[in-house]
Amino acid sequence: MTRPVDMMRQLAPQVLMASPHAAAIGMEMVSIDPAEAVLRVRFRPDLVGDPDTGVIAGGVVTALLDHTCGQSVMAALDSYQPIATLDLRIDYMRPAGPGLDIFCHAHCYKVTRSVAFVRAQAYDVDRDDPVATAQAAFMLNANSAMSPAETVLRAMGHTPPAPGGGVKA
Amino acid sequence: MSDLTDPSLDLDARLAEILQRIPYARFLGVRAELAGDEMTAVLPFSQHLIGNPTLPAIHGGVIGAFMEMTAVAQLSLSQISPSAGLGRQPRTIDVTIEYLRSGRPRTTFARATIKRAGRRIANVQVEAWQETRAAPIAALHGHFLIGSRDEG
Repeated sequence: MTRPVDMMRQLAPQVLMASPHAAAIGMEMVSIDPAEAVLRVRFRPDLVGDPDTGVIAGGVVTALLDHTCGQSVMAALDSYQPIATLDLRIDYMRPAGPGLDIFCHAHCYKVTRSVAFVRAQAYDVDRDDPVATAQAAFMLNANSAMSPAETVLRAMGHTPPAPGGGVKA
Repeated sequence: MSDLTDPSLDLDARLAEILQRIPYARFLGVRAELAGDEMTAVLPFSQHLIGNPTLPAIHGGVIGAFMEMTAVAQLSLSQISPSAGLGRQPRTIDVTIEYLRSGRPRTTFARATIKRAGRRIANVQVEAWQETRAAPIAALHGHFLIGSRDEG
């Protein structure tokens, strides 16, 4: 059975464009590996949070962290299932550099039957010098409706059944 | 641009000014309503806020960002005084966001409560809801750096 991570790698742009907000702030997939995802948001003047400093808004970092964490969970699963953020804790280390793109690396380090746990770092230049870090928990098989990624993957003809999970009728 | 320190400006105008100055607040479409010193932040629904189009549901990151902005706006409001004027924008230290229900494609509201505002750190709680305030879609609590102009 093809793993979600393989399909996500092949269909990266479509997977992100399927989420209108991800597309609206210009999220791009940098890399996707089993249980790991790296996404980027390019600097844009309309995403600035503090006009005095010209730094991307904390809210953009929040959305990027949330989304990248979700992608890493999808990339950790053996089969497609809807996920939902339960909680998201973000620590802001420092402001991003003015005018810089923001990257986010997320690692889904544990998947249980119903919950996935993720850690993530958002950074501008160096992953070891993060702008913000996050810790998140996701509920698996969260909703009867499909996630954007799942919608795209299924539309492309990839519909592996999920034993004990998957999309509820 | 009008002067935020002008004591003749009413709070409504100052708040609108604060939000209008933040490009990302304009991008999301955030506005705020005041009843005395009580502020309700308003996020009208827009297609570009959708995270999951099949549900459809507002992006969790948007709801988090909206609540964080509500906290910052409430803190900015509380810092306004005719004598001192507006200090620097409060800076987020950390936030914990709980997602309680999915955000439906309709207007979202949020209110922030400043639990404690010390000399440098403020502790703020925010709740976001749609139709029913008693059934919030998300909650945030966070710490914010306030007041000091020369720090960090």
